[in-house]
Amino acid sequence: MAQALQALTTILIGLGACVGYFFLSNKLVDVIWPPRGANAGRNINRANMIRPWLFLFPALFALGLYLGYPVFETLRLSLLERVPGGGYQWVGFENYARMSGEAKFWEAMRNNMLWLLVVPAASTGFGLLVAQLTDSIRWGRIAQMLIFMPMAISFVGAAVIWKLVYDARPIDQEQIGMLNALVVTLGGEPQTWLTIPFWNNFFLMLVLIWIQTGFATVILSAALRGIPEETIEAAIVDGANPFQIFFKIKVPQIYGTILVVWTTITIVVLKVFDIVYAMTNGQWQTQVLANYMFDKLFVANDWGVGSASAIVIMVLVLPILVWNVRNARKEME
Amino acid sequence: MSDMHYGPSGVAGQKAILTWAVHLSVGLLVLLWVVPTLGLLVSSFRTADQISSTGWWKAPFAAEQVLQVRTADPGTQVQEGDLYVIEGQLLDETQAEKIASWGTSSRDVAAYQPGDVAEVRGGGTITVGEDGAYRMENTEPFEGGRGQRVFITAMVPPELTLENYRYMLFDDSNVNGMSRAFFNTLTVSIPATVIPILVAAFAAYALAWMEFPGRALLVAVIVGLLVVPLQLALIPLLKLHLGIGIGKGYLGVWLAHTGFGLPLAIYLLRNYMAGLPRDIIENARVDGATEYQIFVRIILPLSFPALASFAIFQFLWTWNDLLVAKVFLIDATGQTTVMTAQIVELMGTRGGNWEILATAAFVSILVPLLVFFFMQKYLVRGLLAGSVK
Repeated sequence: MAQALQALTTILIGLGACVGYFFLSNKLVDVIWPPRGANAGRNINRANMIRPWLFLFPALFALGLYLGYPVFETLRLSLLERVPGGGYQWVGFENYARMSGEAKFWEAMRNNMLWLLVVPAASTGFGLLVAQLTDSIRWGRIAQMLIFMPMAISFVGAAVIWKLVYDARPIDQEQIGMLNALVVTLGGEPQTWLTIPFWNNFFLMLVLIWIQTGFATVILSAALRGIPEETIEAAIVDGANPFQIFFKIKVPQIYGTILVVWTTITIVVLKVFDIVYAMTNGQWQTQVLANYMFDKLFVANDWGVGSASAIVIMVLVLPILVWNVRNARKEME
Repeated sequence: MSDMHYGPSGVAGQKAILTWAVHLSVGLLVLLWVVPTLGLLVSSFRTADQISSTGWWKAPFAAEQVLQVRTADPGTQVQEGDLYVIEGQLLDETQAEKIASWGTSSRDVAAYQPGDVAEVRGGGTITVGEDGAYRMENTEPFEGGRGQRVFITAMVPPELTLENYRYMLFDDSNVNGMSRAFFNTLTVSIPATVIPILVAAFAAYALAWMEFPGRALLVAVIVGLLVVPLQLALIPLLKLHLGIGIGKGYLGVWLAHTGFGLPLAIYLLRNYMAGLPRDIIENARVDGATEYQIFVRIILPLSFPALASFAIFQFLWTWNDLLVAKVFLIDATGQTTVMTAQIVELMGTRGGNWEILATAAFVSILVPLLVFFFMQKYLVRGLLAGSVK
């Protein structure tokens, strides 16, 4: 009860402070430079120069503090080492050197590359397939919605769901995990899927593919519907079969959207943490960068190497960041 | 339309086959996508015994189960001639109707067929009939305080139970209960959803409709911040929070979620506001409305769809989040744990107890699913506005 009260008070204080700030600061500008009287013209100009920054200030402050400053601070911390007893000591690139000497780091790098190759491709591919197939049937919308549903489920929830699918019992007992039940029905032996090195990565990736396919479907389906009818009709008249229409007419026209979906999922993959943390915690050679970093920060308490690995993630994201910004600027013009 | 180009014969057949193939593949894909979740949902309504003896897909069918029951205690014995006898019915407490086999030792639970006579360890004999009626006989009086333990193998009709939910949500003696974590999650996500909206809305309006130097640059910066991994922010902000005395707690997690959610909020809202008709705003300006009035009276109401989209995103994200809560909220006492964190902990400590895990997971999934099904329109709209450009 006390907690609910605290939350409610926070909402009220937060909202009140926001509204109060915006209202009062605008009033203040109107009082200092009233848009009437002798200097009305000059005052309006002045007020118009200041007002955008009044509107922007809280957002910019929060962005700067919570996203801008940490980028530089993390960079700085990655070059420092915590001295026992407090304080920091400049160590240059030693944290990076230490990190690159760790087998677990390279395992995380290798796995992240695998994730990067497989998950965006598979999610986008499945998404495209579902978008195309559901386009022409009457219950397509419902099908899309059901495939989209995992989007609402947390990574942790998804981890539980899939752990049940992968569950393994001793060979003489009845299997309660779907995958092993299937394997046994087909005459195979039950496996503990998450402990088979290398291949277990793919069983983890499947969880993210399962979540992200719906996202790809929704966006690609909208793009497919946006394709001008005439181009498809022209192809039909020319005798193209459905496969040719899809690959040669439709896909090239939504190439830009496919790229956007691909990069968006790539970003998600680079930050993937919860799934690995909940399902294997990086054991059995399933480590990924984000979980490696969490491990360094909060288990090993090694802020130097932890920050260095965060910078590695940032560097991997950077090409997409630059690409996004350039696209956005092009569009603004 | 396309039929006439397949040639004179087999046109209709070919088309029909293709249509069927499409229906079939979509059906298969949907099944693949839904079944894992369904498995967990069904499991959350089964007892621990049911879950560990059969796969969840067998839940609608009667299943052979080994049940452990007891005969009546020795106090109920009667004397028949020179025999001491205990009689009764084993199936009364169970859902089963027919016994397939039975046993008296946990090492061989199916040692006897119905009608067989077995020795009882304390002396005497026992026989169990197919219908569950049993009879124990002994020349000496039966002793001890409890009845004989009997294992019966029987077909048990399907049964779903709400017991798991009662145990996980309303049982005060359950240290793994989810009710506290549920309210903690709620406490995190509501303010973390509401507060960024207002801050972002003002900024978005300035970026969409006010002229000032550096506007394009700011928009580019926000697009860039959209993809900055929040991993970078963990240590510096935790350091900051500890340094200025916020420490670990709700305030910290609210601020962090607000900061991390702002780029998407501003981006979504700016794109939407920039698409509003210019006339409305120009007319209001000509009529002498201040920017503040225009924003509050015109822009905000018109932007409702975009506000709703972002609210849904942010709510789902904060509700489902694990990392931010672990870093900024959950302290050593564990009093402020959120559902995702508690589920991960249960996976570690109660990994084999699927009835607990499934129920806990479903309690946490339920709210996002409701939001998803009822607000899907806004969610899809937001996704499209946020990524297709």
